[in-house]
Formats: sequence, structure tokens, C-alpha cells
Amino acid sequence: MNSDKKHVFDNPGNVRKVLYGLFASLVLLLAIELFIHGHPYFAWEEWFGFYAIYGFVACVLLVLAAKYILRPFVKREEDYYD
Amino acid sequence: MIEFIPPAFIYILGALLVPLLRGRVKATYMLILPAASFVFLVSTQVGTAWEINFLGFDLVPFKVDRLSLVFGYIFHLISLIGIIYTLSLKSDLEYVAGLVYAGSALGVVFAGDLFTFFVFWEMLTVSALWLIWARRTKASQAAGFRYLMVHVFGGLVLLAGIIMYISEQKSISLGFIGLHSPATYCIFIGMGINAAWPLLHSWLTDAYPESTVGGAVFLSAFTTKTAVYALARTFPGTEPLIWIGAAMTAFPIFYAVIENDLRRVLSYSLINQVGFMMVGIGIGTELAINGAAAHAFAHILYKSLLFMSMGAVIFRTGKINATDLGGLYKSMPWTALFCSIGAASISAFPLTSGFVSKSMVLDAAAHGHMSIIWLTLLFASAGVFHHSGIKIPFFAFFSHDAGHRVKEAPASMLVAMGIAAFFCIFLGVYPGFLYSILPYPVDFVPYTAPHVLSQLQLLMFSALAFTLLLLSGIYPAEIRAINLDADLLYRKGGPLFYKAMAAVLNGMNSLVDQIFITRFIGSISKFTRHGPANLLLLIFRPYWKLCRLEGPEQEEAKEKLYRRVEAGILPLSVMGLFAMAYLGLLYLL
Repeated sequence: MNSDKKHVFDNPGNVRKVLYGLFASLVLLLAIELFIHGHPYFAWEEWFGFYAIYGFVACVLLVLAAKYILRPFVKREEDYYD
Repeated sequence: MIEFIPPAFIYILGALLVPLLRGRVKATYMLILPAASFVFLVSTQVGTAWEINFLGFDLVPFKVDRLSLVFGYIFHLISLIGIIYTLSLKSDLEYVAGLVYAGSALGVVFAGDLFTFFVFWEMLTVSALWLIWARRTKASQAAGFRYLMVHVFGGLVLLAGIIMYISEQKSISLGFIGLHSPATYCIFIGMGINAAWPLLHSWLTDAYPESTVGGAVFLSAFTTKTAVYALARTFPGTEPLIWIGAAMTAFPIFYAVIENDLRRVLSYSLINQVGFMMVGIGIGTELAINGAAAHAFAHILYKSLLFMSMGAVIFRTGKINATDLGGLYKSMPWTALFCSIGAASISAFPLTSGFVSKSMVLDAAAHGHMSIIWLTLLFASAGVFHHSGIKIPFFAFFSHDAGHRVKEAPASMLVAMGIAAFFCIFLGVYPGFLYSILPYPVDFVPYTAPHVLSQLQLLMFSALAFTLLLLSGIYPAEIRAINLDADLLYRKGGPLFYKAMAAVLNGMNSLVDQIFITRFIGSISKFTRHGPANLLLLIFRPYWKLCRLEGPEQEEAKEKLYRRVEAGILPLSVMGLFAMAYLGLLYLL
């Protein structure tokens, strides 16, 4: 097939563009929050950037716990049950 | 004019003809089956019930209400998509098993009595099994067998509960049950095994990744969602379900992060999604039940879409481990696109189906002021984006190029994925369609500015976490390894139990053999062989002494006596002597 053809993410510049796009959208999302006020059920929903921080922290904790706590306990060779 | 035909009949009886047909006729016939069944279902009035009196029981093999209809509709849609997907696979075994499996799920959903319910429930297990075994690998045979064992156990628990419940209630009608007696606990747990509750879940993550390419698409749709329906029917508002569901949303995502087999990652995230439905059923309000049903509907579409895309990857590359994949967007761009749509839907991005369904459950939890549950669900929402939303498409289609240069998925697979992807977006853009078929009237607006913003913040900052962890090298590298789960209990425990029992029982066996068979029976046989001769010796020894028979001659006589007694050829006189002695004794006494 066309193994020599350059694809979109073969160019590091394009990967950088995706990353910059991500960072820009994050800033934008936080900026918009200044203008939008909902009717929250819980007090903490009113804290600035609650969802952003929660999502970030949740994922970091998830990965760290999975890597450093769960994996050492449960990891076995692929032929463990054979 | 026929008023109705139960869908289960069309599917199951229709499936039997499939192996007899060939080529285009077969393909057309298989596509007509769900379509025809759907037409009949749509023309059936809500409230229709078919009642039969059988051996004094009022059987209701077909009953339609709004809760069963939601599941009925989606089961029709997904079976149609599944059939289209498998058209290029050409496996009669999978076609028949898939249709019977879908038909059994429809049988459960439209069952109006516990007997019909149980029969279809068991057929579900039996037909699903063939979708696993049809892979014809050693691993799939073993996983299928374990699948069977777990579900036979679950079926027996359910059956025990149903029998006790019928004798309590004096009725077999299927409706709200609720937790209040041992019978209802048995039913609850029996259903929970099929719903893959924590610790009862490992049959799912064990067997689904071992099933066939097409089988996984069917499997991901029916067994657990049938259990979701059953629990919504019989145990709405049962509080333990809230906690069970919350645990289900949270624990599998840790496994999903470190799992290498991408279909196993999807299996873990399936449990996570069913957890949201469990929470909805447990809360039990109209909003929550609507949320559970809507989420089941949306989930079936995007989860099977994800399984379809991973199936296409296996079909083309023969690989499914993240360690063996990457860069496939170059050769399978459409599959990559459809997979990304499924991934966005499961992550509940605005304008996708997951957004309009999952938020109903979260809102129901917030309405009930369940802060811990709500925070857990929010954590799970971020986590599911992390492993299903990013990890699946990233490691399969992007990431470092593993060098696979394959063809795009076959046309039938692309069509099936396209239809599922269309519905993922259609339901997200036009939620009114989904809301109009839910069991209760819907008073819920998903698209408010704060809701869209908060969801986007949650997801995009999760994406940031993924990106930073990946760039910094902290993100756990995919490793060729397996991870222990609850199935350890029976996969290691089973053989261990077998060995222990073998040691104990076989030990007892050989001990008893030693004592009774070898020693006791041996001595009895020795006694019966030599006993009479020994008695005679008592008489003959003094006699031989009188005759001065000694040494070797006496030994010879003794040998002769033994032989004769054992062979039973004693001269009559000896017996006569005995008789004389006996009578003489009697005389003297």
C-alpha cells in the first residue's frame, strides 16, 4: 500500500497544532465560565473551575492509582492461567 | 388479521432457516427478519398481553408496556446493525446463535410471567455461548466454558428464587418484586450476575474479549442490558442498587487503564456504563428510570460501535493488544472515524448520545442530594473518557505507527458502523426522539449553557491530564501482561478446590480400601478358606499323634487336608465323624 505517503500526524507540526488547539480550548472554557451561571445542586459546583479541576485531578489520580497501586498487585505473565 | 407476533418467535424460528439459504437470499432474509419483527412490534398497541392457561398457571408470553418497548426497539436496531456487520464474516453458526440470542433477549423483555421470563433468560446464556465458542481457539473454548459455569450458577440462583417467590405469592406474574424475603434476594442476585455486579463481573471481562469479531457486537448489547431491563422491571428504587452501581462505575476504570487487550478495555468500560444504569434503577424516580433506559439505549449503540471498530481491527490485522497496534488511521480511516464517534459518545460529549442520557442519571442523583454518589459518577465520567474515549482510538489508530498496512474494513462492516455512528450523533443532536420513547414523560433539558460548559470542562481537562501524563512518560506503558481479577477465585480456586477435594476424598477412599477391602475382606476370605481345615486339624493332630505320624509325613497330611477342605472334597466319613461328635456332645449335655 502507500507506506511512503506522509500522513497528517507524521508531521510533528500538525501534532503541535492539535496540542495548541487543546490548550487554547481549555483557556477558552475557563474564560466562558465567568459569564455563565447555572443553578447548581451542590455548593461546590459554584467554585470557579470546579469541573475542570475535578476532571484533571480525577484522571491524574486514576492513572497514578492504576499504575502504582493496582498494577503491582494484579499484573501477571500472559500465560499465568495456562 | 393477526394482531401481533412476538418478536422472539420471528427471531428464533426465523434463525432456524438461515443455514438452508445461500448467498444474497440469505443476506436479504436475515435483514428482513428484524425489519419485519420491528414492523409487527410498532403496530402492536401498548398494553397488549397474550395470555395462555397452562397447567393451571396463567402464562403471559407476550406483554407490551413502555419500559419493554424501549428495550424492544433498541434490541431490534442493534440486531439489524449486528447482522449487517457480520455479513462479510459468513459464519452460519454465528448467524443462528446471534439471531436466537437476540430473540431470547426480546423474549425476556416482553415476558409477562416469571416462567416465560426464565426460559428466555436461560436461552440467552446458551445461545451467547456459541458466539464465544465460534472463535474456535483454545482460549475461547476455556472462556466459554467458564461463561457457561457462571451463568448456570446464576440461573440456578434465579430459579431457586423464582420457585420460592411463586410459592409465596401464589402467582407467576412478572412485576415489581422488591427486596423483602430470601426468595427475592435470590432473584436479585441471579439478575445481578447477568448485570455483571462487582465481584460477579469477571465472566464478562473474561469471555467477551475471547468471542468472535461479530459475536462481541451482539454480546455487548444483550446480556447485561436484558439484566438492566429485568432489574428496572422488578427492583426499581431498591437502594443497594445505587451503591452497587456506583462501585460498578468506579472500579473497572482502574483496570481499563492498565489493560492491554483493547476489547477487554471495552469490556471493563461496559461494566462502568451499566453501573450508571444500576444507579438510575436504584434511585427509582421517574427521571432516574428514564435515565437508566435512555442510557441503555444510547449505550448499546456506542458500545457496539466501539466493539465493531475493534472487531474490524482484529479482522484486518489479527491483533488487538495495544502493544501491537498504532497508526491504523492511515490504512483504516473510516474505521478510525467511526471509532472516534463511538468514543465521543461514550465520553458523553455534547451533541452525542451519551451526553443526553448519562446526564439524566447524574441529575437524578443530584435531585436526591446524594453527594457521594454524584461525585463518584462524575469521577467515573472523567475516567471513562480517559480509557474509552481516548485510550481506545489513540492506541489503535494513532499513537506510534506499528507498521500495519492493511485494507480498510469490508463494506458491510463500514455500513454497520456508519449506521451506529449516525444514531450516536442523531440522538445527541435530537434528544427528543429518544425522550419520546422513554417509559415516563420527560421533563429534562440536556442542552443548557452551564451543563454543556461543565461537561466540556470536565472532559477537556481530563484530556489535558492524559496528554500531560503521556508526554511526561508517567502514563503506564502498555505491557504484555494480564491482570488478575475476580475470576482468579474460580480460575485458580477451582483447580485448587479440585486438587484439595481429590486429595481428601481419594485419601479417604484409599484408607477405606486398605481397611475394609484389603484387610477385612482378606481376613474373612482367609478365614472361610482355612477355618474349617483348622477346625479339623484340632481333631486330626491328636489322631496323627496317636498314629505316630510325624515330621514331613504329618506336614504332607496337613497339606492334603487343606487342599481337600478348600476344594470341598472331603471323604464322607469325616463329615460323619463330625456328625457323630456333634450328636455325642448333645447326648452328653
